[in-house]
Amino acid sequence: MRVLMTGNEAIAQGAYEAGVHFAAAYPGTPSTEILENIAPHKEIIAEWAPNEKVAVESAVGACYAGARALTAMKHVGLNVAADPFFTMGYTGVNGGMVLVSADDPGLHSSQNEQDNRYYAKMAKVAMFEPSSSQECKDMVIKAMDISEKYDVLVMIRMTTRVCHSKSIVETGERVEVPIKPYVKNVPKYNVSPANAKALHLVVEKKLKELEKFSNETDLNYIEWNDKKIGVISAGVAYQYAKEVFGKNASYLKLGFTFPLPMEKIRKFADEVETLYVVEELEPFMEEQIKAAGINCIGKDKIPNTWELNPDIVKKSIFGTENQIIDYDKSLAVGRPPTLCAGCPHRAFFYQLSKKKNTMITGDIGCYTLGGAPPLNAMDTCVCMGASVSMAHGAKKVFEKNNDDKRVVATIGDSTFFHSGMTSLLDVVFNKGNTITCILDNRITAMTGHQDNPGTGYTLQGEITDTVQIEPIVRALGIKHVKTINPMNQAEMKETLNWAYDLNEPSVIISRYPCALKKYSKEDLEEFGPISGYCLVDEDTCIGCKICVSTGCPAIVFKKDIKKSSINKVQCVGCELCLQVCPTKAISKVGE
Amino acid sequence: MKDTKNILLVGVGGQGTILVSKILSTGLMEAGYDVKMSEIHGMAQRGGSVSTQVRYGKEVSSPIIGIGEADILVSFETMETLRWLEFLKPEGVVVINDFKIPSAPILMGKADYPEGIIELIEGKAKTKVINAGEIAEELGNQKVMNVVLLGALIKSMNLTDIDWEAVIKSQVKEKFVDINIKAFKKGMDAV
Repeated sequence: MRVLMTGNEAIAQGAYEAGVHFAAAYPGTPSTEILENIAPHKEIIAEWAPNEKVAVESAVGACYAGARALTAMKHVGLNVAADPFFTMGYTGVNGGMVLVSADDPGLHSSQNEQDNRYYAKMAKVAMFEPSSSQECKDMVIKAMDISEKYDVLVMIRMTTRVCHSKSIVETGERVEVPIKPYVKNVPKYNVSPANAKALHLVVEKKLKELEKFSNETDLNYIEWNDKKIGVISAGVAYQYAKEVFGKNASYLKLGFTFPLPMEKIRKFADEVETLYVVEELEPFMEEQIKAAGINCIGKDKIPNTWELNPDIVKKSIFGTENQIIDYDKSLAVGRPPTLCAGCPHRAFFYQLSKKKNTMITGDIGCYTLGGAPPLNAMDTCVCMGASVSMAHGAKKVFEKNNDDKRVVATIGDSTFFHSGMTSLLDVVFNKGNTITCILDNRITAMTGHQDNPGTGYTLQGEITDTVQIEPIVRALGIKHVKTINPMNQAEMKETLNWAYDLNEPSVIISRYPCALKKYSKEDLEEFGPISGYCLVDEDTCIGCKICVSTGCPAIVFKKDIKKSSINKVQCVGCELCLQVCPTKAISKVGE
Repeated sequence: MKDTKNILLVGVGGQGTILVSKILSTGLMEAGYDVKMSEIHGMAQRGGSVSTQVRYGKEVSSPIIGIGEADILVSFETMETLRWLEFLKPEGVVVINDFKIPSAPILMGKADYPEGIIELIEGKAKTKVINAGEIAEELGNQKVMNVVLLGALIKSMNLTDIDWEAVIKSQVKEKFVDINIKAFKKGMDAV
């Protein structure tokens, strides 16, 4: 059947057709939809793991136990999972195993533009790079075969445009693959130094075999056209190159990019007059090609920063640009992403933003937007879980320097489960004195509402144990813990004051569902339905803009009459503005 | 490739560009075209500026449209037209929804919603203005504004030979089929 699929949907379809038995991941843009689309297939055990390292390790366990296993993550997720990933490079597999790395050139939803192709080279694992949805599907199937044939982990490296672009895919049937028997094999699966030392030799041998495969496979193919220009490309960059060069160049299109097919590259280079390497981000292929003594043009012309596109390829190589309509683009006022109307993070950060002499460490999630104007209530954002441990280190230094500055860490529920728990252990163990705020909005929100250990539901929506944050925090050794509703501003303010007055580490759990969350039965019981909207009485409004300073997108300040106004379509009736208004000009209606 | 047509849909997160691109690309695929569609999920969805790109033809390579390459720009929100106009071919068509969503700096009173956008665009490109919000309200649900705009797009791109009603039926929930088909027809009539 011909179906339009995103690259992520096609990876899931490929996993289904390849007979995959086990899949695990932690959500992360642009990779999230891979597991969501595997989930409906009853033949596959599919799970959200608390973090990427756990996802990879559970997939490794499944693979050693004889299953075909797949795991997927965003590029920075592989940093978290790097430890088991590198070891897999040595041990190889039992059942086939594929790791999907979804890189984010252009930082559409990420903190950096790291090029994870270098990971494949460094960990000595085989790598595929699909350039369309059809290739995504086909390559999962092929990667499973290669993984089992050569006894290696295979990484499929995607990018945002491949993950989130739709193109036509010819779907097929699932081929059931029997789970292989598990045979205890200590020299292979137990990487004690003596075993690993022997395994390193095995890996180098496998790489030689894989290089031979790379030179022979039709995953790496040549399209002959005019031989004046030759283009070597892979991934979505190949599509951009085709768009720019068309039939005026010959192509060596690489689908298997580690180890590179250097013999094939050399033959292609010999036949063409000028050789371009068109690749997105870093000169991964170019460096290796040049090291092999082959002349080519790459990053001298094509930038290694931001997302590539046909315009950039064309301008870099030919110096030409399309004709465009001439107008003043700066007339468009910016439209940055904002916390939604009714977002509990706004209610939390509104109170925190009032605190003086404070360093606020942040983390990865919707709440990172708490650092944007008008709240400006976040100083740092480094990586998942960093808020809690960074706060600890910073506070220690302030103390040593006789600075009485307070340090507040802000972290989401899913992020706390991901990697905040061990950081909090550090605070207790090393006699820290930070205030850790866990913003529990009852869901993994930023990536599009995935369940996590705290929601009480699995990836498939099945009921499971609901992990409570407060007992975890107490078990880690925190003595001062309060769970509060941030929508109640008086309680929010009082609790922050309580924590600031303590001279020991404390945790505030700010618990209220995401405004976009579809309430579960338990949410309804705990938080009740929310209805109605807020209304400004223009006679009472003094135009002080305090409600506007919450940054709610439902509130607009009418400059002409110097009064606030609330858009009733957008307003969800959270009552934050009503509580902060000094003249009680806002009331709730329509309940 | 030269025969490839480029459609750019722009708006604000939550305006329903995704459903429109889904109906559009499904219809084009069923009509026998090669189709590629690209959109970015993630952080921008939180009230940010969003764009969806649909390319179709005999064989499509890049999933994204370059600057100065769009045959049509359909703007679900008035000011967004200004942000994306550079992607339009000089001889391309703009369909502007006369519908304003103020962004954060405007809400906070730090900037003003620009005036005279429609007049400015009309002076620069072949422009069709539609009040899809009003049409959708008349039909009883402002949310179908997106399918009104789809109708306007289909008419403007001369893609009326495809059985869009059947495609809409296959892509929206049964109870919303009637209102969406009405919205689609109103959109076709409006340009």
